[in-house]
Amino acid sequence: MGWTRKILRVDLSKGTCKSEPLNMEWAQQYLGQRGLATKYFVEEVDPKVDPLAPANKLIMATGPLTGTMASTGGRYSVITKGALTGAIACSNSGGYIGAELKMAGWDMIIFEGKSPKPVYLWIQDDVAELRDAAHLWGKTTWDTEEIIKSSHHDPQVRVCSIGRAGENGVLYACIVNDLHRAAGRSGVGAVMGSKNLKAVAVRGTVGVSGIRDFKAFMTATTAAKKVLADNAVTGQGLPKFGTQVLMNVINEMGALPTRNAKDVQFEGARKISGEAMHEKRLSDGKANLITNAACFGCTIACGRISQVDKNHWSVVNNPKYWGATGGLEYEAAWSLGAADGVDDLDALTVANMICNEDGFDPITFGATVGAVMELYSMGVLTKEQIGIESPFGSAQALLEITRMTAEGRGFGKEMGLGSARLTAKYGHPELSMSVKGQEFPAYDPRGIQGMGLTYATSNRGACHLRSYTVASEVLGIPVKTDPLVTEGKPALVMAFQDATAAFDSSGTCIFTTFAWSLVDLAPQIDAACDGGWSVERLAELGERIWNMERVFNNAAGFTAKDDDLPARLKTEPAKTGPAKGLVSGIDKMVPEYYQLRGWNKAGVPDKETLARLGL
Amino acid sequence: MQKSLHIDPSKCTGCLQCEMACSYENYGVFNISRSRIKVFNFEHEGRKVPYTCTQCAEAWCMNACPVDAIRIDAATGAKVVHEDACVGCKVCTIACPFGTVNYVADTGKVQKCDLCGGDPACATACPTAAITYVDADWTGLDKMRQWAGKTDTQPRASA
Repeated sequence: MGWTRKILRVDLSKGTCKSEPLNMEWAQQYLGQRGLATKYFVEEVDPKVDPLAPANKLIMATGPLTGTMASTGGRYSVITKGALTGAIACSNSGGYIGAELKMAGWDMIIFEGKSPKPVYLWIQDDVAELRDAAHLWGKTTWDTEEIIKSSHHDPQVRVCSIGRAGENGVLYACIVNDLHRAAGRSGVGAVMGSKNLKAVAVRGTVGVSGIRDFKAFMTATTAAKKVLADNAVTGQGLPKFGTQVLMNVINEMGALPTRNAKDVQFEGARKISGEAMHEKRLSDGKANLITNAACFGCTIACGRISQVDKNHWSVVNNPKYWGATGGLEYEAAWSLGAADGVDDLDALTVANMICNEDGFDPITFGATVGAVMELYSMGVLTKEQIGIESPFGSAQALLEITRMTAEGRGFGKEMGLGSARLTAKYGHPELSMSVKGQEFPAYDPRGIQGMGLTYATSNRGACHLRSYTVASEVLGIPVKTDPLVTEGKPALVMAFQDATAAFDSSGTCIFTTFAWSLVDLAPQIDAACDGGWSVERLAELGERIWNMERVFNNAAGFTAKDDDLPARLKTEPAKTGPAKGLVSGIDKMVPEYYQLRGWNKAGVPDKETLARLGL
Repeated sequence: MQKSLHIDPSKCTGCLQCEMACSYENYGVFNISRSRIKVFNFEHEGRKVPYTCTQCAEAWCMNACPVDAIRIDAATGAKVVHEDACVGCKVCTIACPFGTVNYVADTGKVQKCDLCGGDPACATACPTAAITYVDADWTGLDKMRQWAGKTDTQPRASA
């Protein structure tokens, strides 16, 4: 059990919704969410498919612990071929909609084809139907959610939707749920938009009863919650400061990519840090942070709820942004802040709100602004082309470019390409801080070497959430490793990648892994699901998923040369801080990583490796 | 000694563990739509507020029930719905000033908090102590103490 054993297949071209039994053989091999949905995806979709073509599919999937009392058991993932990357995409989100989908009785939804006109999917328990979304097209995610709730006369409906970014083909558009949670990366929202699918609205009243052994499950989840509560990171640091607990720490390490990674330390870091969010503003005597917030089932509660000064220049005539809403997480504070040299906390908060409101990934967006600011400083892009003077550090430029991107206006259309395509268009592809077309986030591989290998080998393009070796290299979890060396990192990255794939397939949040290992996860899954789930089985599951994703990417056309970092990180040494003089040692790490993975020198899994994993 | 549920909204994160615990305790299923405690999210104020029956001493619901289906549990003081007697007339839901007795269409009966027989699952499940189960005579005293601490904050001149 653990699964509802039911999936919903939505053919957008024909306008049909059909229930199918879950493939239980695959569930035993791939568990749920990321693993199981990717299995369905690779079985059903040609790896060469154009991500924005009707033949691409998009899957929304829950895990066996989604909708249960397991801490953080509210996650769902969106699996498709990424619009930004052309690689397998898997974007994970919290909030409440994942649990609602499970409580309506569904393990996953597979969307295929393309609707001839804008529609949204309405699910009320076992009833699922496509409804006209003409009145929602052109609306923000915030308005869409409100209109749907009000038209169904039910405030308890949960909604995920695309904003104007997803409609306008911004290649890093995301799918936003519960106002400020998002399946954020790789452009899953652009794929949804290409299918004329505006939103999914769910009301679930069936509940989750398919737990193999309720008594064992309550014992296991209660014990695991205590582990989270007793841990300094998940019990104290994250609730108080959110992921923003890292801003000052990473800056001091000399690993905060600044001004499009020209620098590794940002002089304005303190002003945009988690600590600064707690401090009272000089202007109105109030703090940026209102409170922390949890996603469904989460006993950590790292989420930020913020409110900006009503008289801040960015919102002074715009009451829409005066209320409390989702605040800055570390990655967004970095991408909108340090990556662009901007240190105005309220301006960053507003830019982040607009990313939520119109649904685009602040990491890729902010990093692309950084590349644009560098092109501007070189004279390649001008004020006339962009529409505003755009030197590094300009909060005004950041806000105006954010609005243009949200509305698909002027230079915003070019912003929607992401940094790889945009810099190539203007003759400077080397200025895109990306891997496989996706921008890397807030950890500089010159100062945290393991993250270089993490970015280079991530199956969804550069990303911190595929193997967060920061845990080990910075925080000492599970053991402290030296961030400045490459030795031992290939094995570390591999272990993190496999464990993360297991967590991503369970329905729980990866942030639990500051305190949990597979030893904590296994008893919870085993109590929920048939089949005997041990630590070893979960580790192997992770490795199987990783290789399955790799095989898909290889078939999609990716090769070993795509497992690399931007030249800047390999040739321009860190100028300041503990990593001063260092570049990324990526070239030393990749061959060893391939060997450990059981892949050949071209990065292709050996036949023996695939056979061992049952692929 | 009688005890009460004590709710401190400032500590609530909106995780809904209480709603799941309630539905599991009473129906053996994780189903927040069946929970007798509800967390309301006042999004634009950044406030989340758990809310449920306060077990009024002079309970309107109990007095209004025409078939005597709501009775006092002598041990806990909870006003308990006896489903075998409830006819689903909903008069109690109208009588309750706070909206904490709710009709369930599936069963044709009403439901409300019964303090789980003296060990409320919501309070046990709450990870932040936003919901606690305290001595009824202490209700409000925490808040009183908080305000007391705010008075007379001027430093005293030494004699």
